[in-house]
Amino acid sequence: MVAAARLDDTAPIWAVLAEVADPEIPVISVVDLGIVRSVEPDRVVITPTYTGCPATRVIEEDIRAALDAAGYRHVRIETALSPAWTTEWITPEGRAGLRAYGIAPPTRSAVECPQCGSADTEEISRFGSTPCKALWRCRSCAEPFDLFKCH
Amino acid sequence: MPALPPIRPEDDRCAARDRPHGAFDPQGEPEGGALFEYLLRLGDDSLILGQRLGEWCGHAPSVEVDLSLANVALDLIGQATHFLNRAGEVEGKGRDGDALAFRRDVLDFRNCWLVEQPNGDFARTMARQFLFSTWQKLLFRQLVGSKEELIAAVAEKAVKEVTYHQELASEWVIRLGDGTEESRRRMEDGLAWNWRFVPELFEMDDLAAFMAERGIGADLAAFRADYDAQIAAVLAEATLQPPPGQRPILGGRRGHHSEHLGHLLAAMQFLPRTYPDAVW
Repeated sequence: MVAAARLDDTAPIWAVLAEVADPEIPVISVVDLGIVRSVEPDRVVITPTYTGCPATRVIEEDIRAALDAAGYRHVRIETALSPAWTTEWITPEGRAGLRAYGIAPPTRSAVECPQCGSADTEEISRFGSTPCKALWRCRSCAEPFDLFKCH
Repeated sequence: MPALPPIRPEDDRCAARDRPHGAFDPQGEPEGGALFEYLLRLGDDSLILGQRLGEWCGHAPSVEVDLSLANVALDLIGQATHFLNRAGEVEGKGRDGDALAFRRDVLDFRNCWLVEQPNGDFARTMARQFLFSTWQKLLFRQLVGSKEELIAAVAEKAVKEVTYHQELASEWVIRLGDGTEESRRRMEDGLAWNWRFVPELFEMDDLAAFMAERGIGADLAAFRADYDAQIAAVLAEATLQPPPGQRPILGGRRGHHSEHLGHLLAAMQFLPRTYPDAVW
């Protein structure tokens, strides 16, 4: 979706969005997080990750500021709830960014420690520092880490 | 808990005559329209329970539990924001979700009694969450097919979050129930406190039936058996007996609440009422 869209006339808008970081996880962009659902010449459609995620509003404000600064004041931002966002929409770049930042990317198989790569890990708490993360611990290197929950 | 009077045969006859059971007053067409009223029910359940859970912030038994409760509260307040904003649109009097949350009085709230119950100890809070989230998950599963677009969208999104809430609460019911003598006693007390508010969750009054017929609201009876089975399975794993049937308490959907809701609103509404139009 992203790659194809970048080839048309919305490419410059995509480029602006790719520079907007997630406020909670500043190493990945809102595009890599899968929040940007579609881009048209006059509108950007975004979707919240979690129903109550406090970052949603900050994200919209950040996107607005970035679009304004790049001369896209006429581009409006719309929020669509359905279909619901899923962690499947996080791009491979986004997943790599999460791992490098110390957050295990969402997975349906064994959770690997982002520090040492070991799969010998356990859940400490289903809820972590933000709604999208759970708290885990690595039994090999004993480091605690956040897991981006599969959603 | 003080002893309740026994139910005499004449009470049964009276209850059978006056439907819905326990209603305080006859129902007419709701002032703001049926959809507005239905959205308030959905939104107020989430809002009030979110506020209740927020009271735990900084007081939970461990930091992990503190985070869990705050996160569940956030999810619920997120749901409430969507439902109440839409309710305001439907009403068409210029009220948004904030106005509905912070500038209504207790009689105008449409949440069920379960969510406004005081937290009590951690076990009672978890018992309440278990009974509510199990219900809300089944409710949202059905509301995914609602003809009201916003309700369907929120349900689709939130059902995944609520599944998490239910799992969290179920695990605590099991851990405390099948735990030490004290934790077991506390969980039994917590379930006993909240059990009498379960029938209200399944109350199909005229408005609920009206919305269900139009494909907007849920047919609550359709998942009652599922609910009972899921509750029974967790209680069995927790080695707990279901509390004995109690006299159901109804009325929240029509604005009749326990004394606890007013105190909750006093804390929740203090700031926006004292400093109207204050912004961050």
